[in-house]
Parts: sequence; structure tokens; C-alpha cells
Amino acid sequence: MRNVVTIAGKELRTYFHSPIAYLVMALFAVLCGFFFYNLTAAYVIETFRMLEMGGMGAPPMNINENVIRPLFEGILTVVLLLLVPLITMRLYAEEKRSGTIELLLTSPLTDMQIILGKFLGALCLYVLLMVLAFLDIGLLFLYGNPAAKPLLANALGFLLYGGALLSLGMWISTFTKNQIIAGIVSFAVFLLLYVFDWVSAFSNGTVGRAMSFMALTTHFDNFAKGVIDLSDLVYYLSVIGLGIFLTARSVEALKGRA
Amino acid sequence: MIEVEGLTKRYGPTVAVSDVTFQVRKGEVLGFLGPNGAGKTTTMRVITGYLPPTAGTVRVAGFDVVEQPLEAKRRTGYLPELPPVYPDMTVDEYLAFAGRIKGVAGAELKKRMDAVSETCAVSDVRRRQIGKLSKGYRQRVGLAQALIHNPDVLVLDEPTAGLDPKQIIETRQLIKSLAGQHTVILSTHILPEVSKTCERVVVINGGKIAAVGTPEELTRRLQGFETVLVTVEGPEKEVKEKIERIEGVNLVERHEASDGRVTFEVHAAKDKDVRAEVARAVVESQWKLFELKTSGLSLEEIFLKLTTKDLGEEPAAT
Ligand SMILES: Nc1ncnc2c1ncn2[C@@H]1O[C@H](COP(=O)(O)OP(=O)(O)OP(=O)(O)O)[C@@H](O)[C@H]1O
Ligand SMILES: [Mg+2]
Repeated sequence: MRNVVTIAGKELRTYFHSPIAYLVMALFAVLCGFFFYNLTAAYVIETFRMLEMGGMGAPPMNINENVIRPLFEGILTVVLLLLVPLITMRLYAEEKRSGTIELLLTSPLTDMQIILGKFLGALCLYVLLMVLAFLDIGLLFLYGNPAAKPLLANALGFLLYGGALLSLGMWISTFTKNQIIAGIVSFAVFLLLYVFDWVSAFSNGTVGRAMSFMALTTHFDNFAKGVIDLSDLVYYLSVIGLGIFLTARSVEALKGRA
Repeated sequence: MIEVEGLTKRYGPTVAVSDVTFQVRKGEVLGFLGPNGAGKTTTMRVITGYLPPTAGTVRVAGFDVVEQPLEAKRRTGYLPELPPVYPDMTVDEYLAFAGRIKGVAGAELKKRMDAVSETCAVSDVRRRQIGKLSKGYRQRVGLAQALIHNPDVLVLDEPTAGLDPKQIIETRQLIKSLAGQHTVILSTHILPEVSKTCERVVVINGGKIAAVGTPEELTRRLQGFETVLVTVEGPEKEVKEKIERIEGVNLVERHEASDGRVTFEVHAAKDKDVRAEVARAVVESQWKLFELKTSGLSLEEIFLKLTTKDLGEEPAAT
């Protein structure tokens, strides 16, 4: 465990020694802030209009449903498709390029300690992004009264969704010495996993349902609504486990070749 | 300390190392000599547990690198061909990280960091970023990393490659000073390096061991026969005939001639010193003897002989 923390600490320090952490956080803060502002502004305008109309006809507005949920479900999931590759692309690729992988693999560490350490380090940076998002959302408490409970589900879903992307991105990063390639391939794969969901819109067969099931965002819906469903939990934990397992396999193969 | 037995390593269809066996004794500095692509790096990567062997076993300090990798790795320090440094860390951060992942912690870590910085002469740059250091410093930081956990065995892959002459000399001295407390195996394709730093040499070529021995032994074994250079002032033909008649002399060749002095190369049977006989023969005939010496093959020549011989023999074998 101490070794895992040592590796994680090193990863985190590397992020902050290089521009990557600042870039990712700045991009996220700007995008998240922009969409948050827009959603909130739209919400406020809409609320006033409904008040003027005497609140007739339309269902009552709700901050959780009309600001927070679309922010997570519609926007941040997409923003992360772009930002997570920036976090994971260097995890193995850079170690391979600079030869430091030889230091790691010849130190008295198990492969799994290295993998978990890297995953944990990347996850820590990701948690910082979450903090940024929730700082924005926290503002809502100053001016409104969003329900706090669904936010817990939102946070858990956000963490699991990111964890799944991070572990897959880490796996992809083991295949090349080139960070950029690792980043681009990760983005393409994430995008593909994202659009799997669209298939269900026009195909109702088994294939459609299977693809929709595999899609990374399908399982985020409940979390965004504020509901924790066991099957969603299991899905994300399985994807995280799969990513870690595939990374281990790939590192094993790396030794045979490189 | 290091026992390599029947080691074979294949990369797909390419055989990088084939059936290599050798030992490194405790406290010894062993040179691993071979041309580019001989399989030096591959062998070292197997010893350090970076690559699994295709066949054969490697034991470090009694631990099999496949069966008990963590035990073996704890006792091994490795400096790869390219120093495995993180350019954005400072020297201190890097050594602390390397120490921690090798199981050194707390006050002991501080002590080891001070000690290896001192040994490897990087004390004056400990707060500098590694990426901004010169190649020589980076190499020494890499070496400090290999020493941080005070390993029994040090594996150094071309430790002087890319350094300037002064740094090469310093690095060699450093390596020599490490012998005794550490068992060292270092690879190189630069010949003077082995004779200067190593007690024993393993010559490897095309993935196979071509020769093993001390630099002196190798020289003797390879010569196969003794060669004496003799410079005489006298009638060339007669001198040649006279020397040829000496017992044990196989062949006399004219080496060079100037100002009436002729130098002959006298090849004698193995382990036969004919210098005294040659001197007597020349002086008896009242010729003037100017010089008489054995010609030791330099390691450079041995190396060429060893490695070209293999190639030359291959067509004959098939
Ligand atoms: N990752 C790899 N994949 C395929 N073949 C490889 C790989 N690494 C090395 N080889 C091959 O194995 C052989 C031995 O290579 P190795 O790197 O061990 O040689 P070396 O003695 O260290 O050479 P050098 O002096 O150039 O460092 C070479 O023929 C090389 O082409
Ligand atoms: Mg090499």
C-alpha cells in the first residue's frame, strides 16, 4: 500500500510540475463555469416567466432537475471525454519514452502496485476537477435551495464515470511511447463508447440494447437524476476493473517485447 | 553473486541471446564486452528482472529473478543505457522517489541520499531540475539512483557512453571504488574500458559468449602462439634463416626495414619463450641486436579477432 501511495504521489507531482494539471483544470473550470452560468441564467429567466404567467400549465421548476442534472448529464460527460485523455495519455507512454519504465519495472514493486498507484494519482487530479464543478454548484446554495441528497449521487456517478474513463485511458497509454497518439486514441475510443448510446435510439434489437448497455453514459443517467442504482454501480466498477486488468496484461506483454 | 545459466532470450523470431552461461563472483567487477547488437542490454534486462528469460535461469544473490523477483530486485541496482530520470523532478525529489520505491524510508532515506549524492558527485546540484542538467550529471544521477538502496549487485549498461574524457575517467574511478562492497557487472563496446575497470571479461557476440577470462588471460589465450619482434642490423636473408632454425620457432616474417635494420616477427609455439635463443643466435653471428620484445595483442585486436572469427567460421560450418 505504501508503494501505491508513493507512485500516486509521484504521478500527482508530475502533473503539477508540468502544465498538464493547470491546463486541464483551467479548461474544465472555464467550460464548467460557462455552461453552469448559461444553465443557471436560463433557469432564472424561465422561472421569472413562469411567475409572470402565474405558474400555470408547466410543471414547477427545480434546480436539481433543470440546472445540475443537465450540467452533469449533457455537458460534463462530454467535456470529460476530451479532458480525461489529457490526464491519462502520459501515464505509461511517457515512462516508456523516457526509459523510466525501466526504473519502475526493476524496482521491488509488483506491476499491480504501479498500476494502482498511477490510477490513484490520476484519480486525485480528477477529484480536483470534481471539486471545481461542485464549487460552482455550491453557489446555488447561496441563492437557492437545491436538494443536497441527489448531489451525493451526482458526485458518486461523476467519480465512477471518470474512474472508468481513467482506467481505460491508462490501458491505451501502455501501447505507445507517444503521448499524443495515446491521447488521440483514447479520445476516439471514449467518443465511440459515448455514441453507443445513440444506437438505442433507432435500433431496439438485442444489439442495440447491448450497445446501449456498454455505452459509458447510459449508466450515468440515474446518477444524474440523483438515484443510485446497484446495476450502474456494478457497471462502472466492472469497467474500472477491466481497465486495470487490461493494463496489467498489457504491461506483461510489454516485458516480452520492449 | 550473479549466476546466469543457459540464458536464452527471443524477441519473436529474433534470438537476441542464446544459451549464455556465466557467473559473477562477490565483490568482482565483470566487464560485458560486445559489439552493437550483441545482446548485452538484453542480458542485463533479464538479470534486473525487466524482461523474463525465454529459457534458462538467472539468480541474483541466490534469488531466482523469475521465482522471487522482489527479493532479487531489492538486491539489484540498475543503470540502464538511458538514465531513467524524470526531467521535471529535482535531483533530491528523484532520489527520494527512487529510494522509497526500493524500500528505503525515513531517516535512513535522508542518510542514503546524502551518501549517494556524495559518492556520485551530484551534491552541488541536488536542488536543480534533472532536465536542466548536463548529460554527465544526468548519468551520475542515474548511478546515484542505482546505489540508493545500497544493493549487493550493480548492473550498469554502458555507464560511460556519451561522456567527455574527463567524466569517463571519473566514472571509471567511481566504479572501481564501488568494487568490493558491491558486485558490479558493466557492459561496454569500448575496449580500453574493460582493461581499465574490470577484473574479468565476458565477450559476447551475436548472442553467444565468445570468451571469458581476465583481460590478460584473454590476451594469452587468443594469441595461441607467442610472437616476438626482433630488430637486427645484418644480412636480412641469413638472419631470417638462422632464426628459423631455432627450435620452437614456427615462422619468421619480415615486419619492416629501415636504415639497414630489419624487424622480424617471430612466431613460436604456444607457451614457448624463444627470446633468449633468438638473442643468442643473433649475437653469435656478430650481428647487431637493437630490439627484442614480445608483442601482446591489444584487447582491441582480441576483440576484433573474437568477433570476426565467429563470422568467418560460419560459412565453413554449413
Ligand atoms: N525490443 C526488441 N524487439 C526486437 N528485437 C530486439 C529488441 N531489443 C533488442 N532486439 C534485438 O536483440 C539483439 C540484441 O540487442 P541488445 O540491445 O541486447 O544489444 P546490445 O549488445 O545491448 O547492443 P548495443 O551495444 O547497441 O547496446 C539485437 O539484434 C536487437 O536488434
Ligand atoms: Mg545495449
